[in-house]
Formats: sequence, C-alpha cells, structure tokens
Amino acid sequence: MAEPSHNAGRNQAPRAREIIVTADGPLLVSGPVEIVMPDGRRVKSDRPVTALCVCKRSRRQPFCDTSHRCRVHADEIVQEEDRAQQTPAATG
Amino acid sequence: MLSRHPPRPVEPPALPEPRGPLSSAVLDALRRGPVILAVPDDTDPYGDDLQLALYCCYELHYRGFAGVPDEREWDPTLLTARAAMERLFLGALRADVPGSPDDDDVDAELAALLVEPVDVQGVSHHLRRDGELWQMREYVALRSLYHLKEADPQAFVIARLDGPAKAALVSIEHDEYGAGDPDRMHARLFADMMDALELSSAYGHYLDAAPAAVLAEVNLMSMCGLHRALRGALVGQFATVELTSSPGSDRLVKALRRLDAPEAAIEFYAEHVEADAVHEQLVRRGVITPMLAAEPGLARDVVFGIRASVLLADRLSTLLLDSWDASHSALRLPLPDAPALVGTTP
Repeated sequence: MAEPSHNAGRNQAPRAREIIVTADGPLLVSGPVEIVMPDGRRVKSDRPVTALCVCKRSRRQPFCDTSHRCRVHADEIVQEEDRAQQTPAATG
Repeated sequence: MLSRHPPRPVEPPALPEPRGPLSSAVLDALRRGPVILAVPDDTDPYGDDLQLALYCCYELHYRGFAGVPDEREWDPTLLTARAAMERLFLGALRADVPGSPDDDDVDAELAALLVEPVDVQGVSHHLRRDGELWQMREYVALRSLYHLKEADPQAFVIARLDGPAKAALVSIEHDEYGAGDPDRMHARLFADMMDALELSSAYGHYLDAAPAAVLAEVNLMSMCGLHRALRGALVGQFATVELTSSPGSDRLVKALRRLDAPEAAIEFYAEHVEADAVHEQLVRRGVITPMLAAEPGLARDVVFGIRASVLLADRLSTLLLDSWDASHSALRLPLPDAPALVGTTP
C-alpha cells in the first residue's frame, strides 16, 4: 500500500502496486486510484484498498457491490435453514 | 484532514429509566457509588432488565453518562455485577447457537454468509419493497445505539491481535473512521442521516426507546471487544457485519430513495455498499486467515461469534417485522409519527 514516490529519495526501487485477483469476486487494488471508464469519465477512489468489479454484474461500476454472490432461493439452503441471512447484523 | 464543521461539545447522555430490579440497582450504583449487587441466576439473559443493566455497565467504557463520575468505569462492585450478567448472557448464547461448540470450520461458516437468499423476508427486504417512512425512522433510531459509536467496540480488539491480522483490521477501522476525514466518519454519516430524517442524532438519545433485542446486539460487540478471551468471537462478529452489510445496505438505499428521503439520508448506506464490499475481502483474507494461522485455537470462537451475531440479528429482525406487521411501533417509546396503538388489549 506504499505510495511509489515514498521511496524515491532513498536508494530503493519503488514498491510495485499490489493487485490481488480473487477467485470469487473483484480485483483488489491498493489505493488511492483513478479509474478511466470506457466513455472517458474518470472515477477516483481514496480507499486504502479498492474492489474493482470484474464480473460486470455490479450496478456501481467500476466498483464491486457484491452482486457476484450466489443467489439462491431459501428452500435451496438446506443446511442453513436455521440461519438464512435475513438482515445485516448492522453495517460495518 | 480538518472537519468543515466546528467540533460538537462532548455531552454524555442522560441515564436511562430502569426496566426491572437489576437495572434499577445498577443505575443506583452508577449514581451513588459502590454497593454489592445481586444478579439472580433466573434473570432472563435476553430480557430488558439484564440487557439494559449490562448496556449501562459497558457504556462507562465509551462515553459514560451525565452525573456518573468517570472513575466508576473500574468500580469493582460494578465489574463483579457485570461479570455475573456476562456469565448469564454468554451462557445463553453458547447454549442457543445452532451446531456443536466444537465446530471449527470457519470457511464453511463464512461461505454460508456469502450466499444471497432471494426470497427471504428480512427487515431490509421489507423496507425496500413496501416499508413506510415511520418504519424506516424506527429502524434508524434503533440502529443509532451502535452506529453513533460505529467501529468503537471492534477497536478494543486491536491490541489483542498481532502482525498481518492487526494491520488489516486497523485498515478497515481506519476506513470506518473516515480514513482521516472526520466528515466521512461512518458515525458522522449516520448522524447526518438521522438529522435528515428529523431524528435526534444526540448520542444515546434513543436508549430508553430501544428494546432488549437491540441492546443485546450492541452488548455482544462490547462483551467480545472488552474480553481478550473472546477475541476470536469479536472477529467472528466483525466478519458477520462486514460480509452481510453490503447487499442489505443496497436495499436500504433503494428504500430511502423510494421514500423520497433527502440525499443526506442516503449517503450512509450508499457508502456501505462499496466500503463493505472491500471490507468483506479484507476481513476474510487480511484478518481471519492470518489470525487463524497464528492462533488456530481461535477457530471455534470465530464460528461462535458468527453464529451468535446471526442469532441476535434474527431475533431483532423478527421483533421488528412482527411489530410492523401488526401496525405498531417496535420502539418502547414510539416516535410521534408511529401509528397510535390500536387493538392492543391492556
């Protein structure tokens, strides 16, 4: 998460920006980042880590909104029938 | 980064009204000083009396109460009573969560949180589809007991973690605290939403209105945050919130838009759709995986923390939906725009 310019004055190679490719969801990019959209619009994210949508299902492009998650009918959740997620315990 | 607004004076909230013999005794001890408090074993662990008494004990570690000396935080008689209440509450949770206490498959537990059921009837589903404004306001008023101190209970666990798990948890907490911008603190965004919905954003304002099911959720966070022995459960609780929050927040954004709420009322949940999509990834990869690699023995308590959070969330969900289904307030002290109590027998 270090800014590449941080180490410029020291005798070290700048640390490459880390991008994590998740198996099940978004690309995780160490921020802050500015994303250029297909129409030329620039979108900024100041977060320490930004989750970029790659499944194209997010309604908040270019960011992940967890729309990649498996959507199932309650009667399909056999083992979890006692604890099907009804509402967030809160927001984090 | 500096706030664009002048700082608000710190004003501790007023003590609440008692709800039974135990909370009455605790409130007396808070006002007058040390007394030996009895906590009968047959006290309902989820009831109003115990949950309020416990909530007041924990609040000394956050903002305190007007008229209560700050030193009361470490009063041994209050701590003894608190420990007795915690034994009852924790014992009930351990007995009531599904599965076996030996279950330690954290991945399976997290996977269950990551499927999105499409046909359940949760609070956010109801509010999105056909909730009314007074119900939305009730929901926000009740959630204020946590969100006006959002991320504070989890901050207690920082000192109990080490290495990568600590660094990742702090980076999530940093985001919760606005990443250096006081106007973007989640607690600040929540207060802005309360103001926009014409609710009081004063800290602790809705304590008397909050039923035990609301207090129990906050008490679980405080208990797990304040006890190093429960650090695994705290991380499980934190993960549950971060994993389930994003889709629910999206439904609440839609609910607020459908109800024509002002833009200032929408920002809090809109921020959480994106922020928690990131936090979900960080809490799984950055916190839980390295924490369990360093301390594998914590897996059972992570599972317990997830299950206890889900259990209490479901109890609150049932209470809210049952009340609203019967067209009456879920608050102990209804807001002025709630429907008048009709059809209830005295």
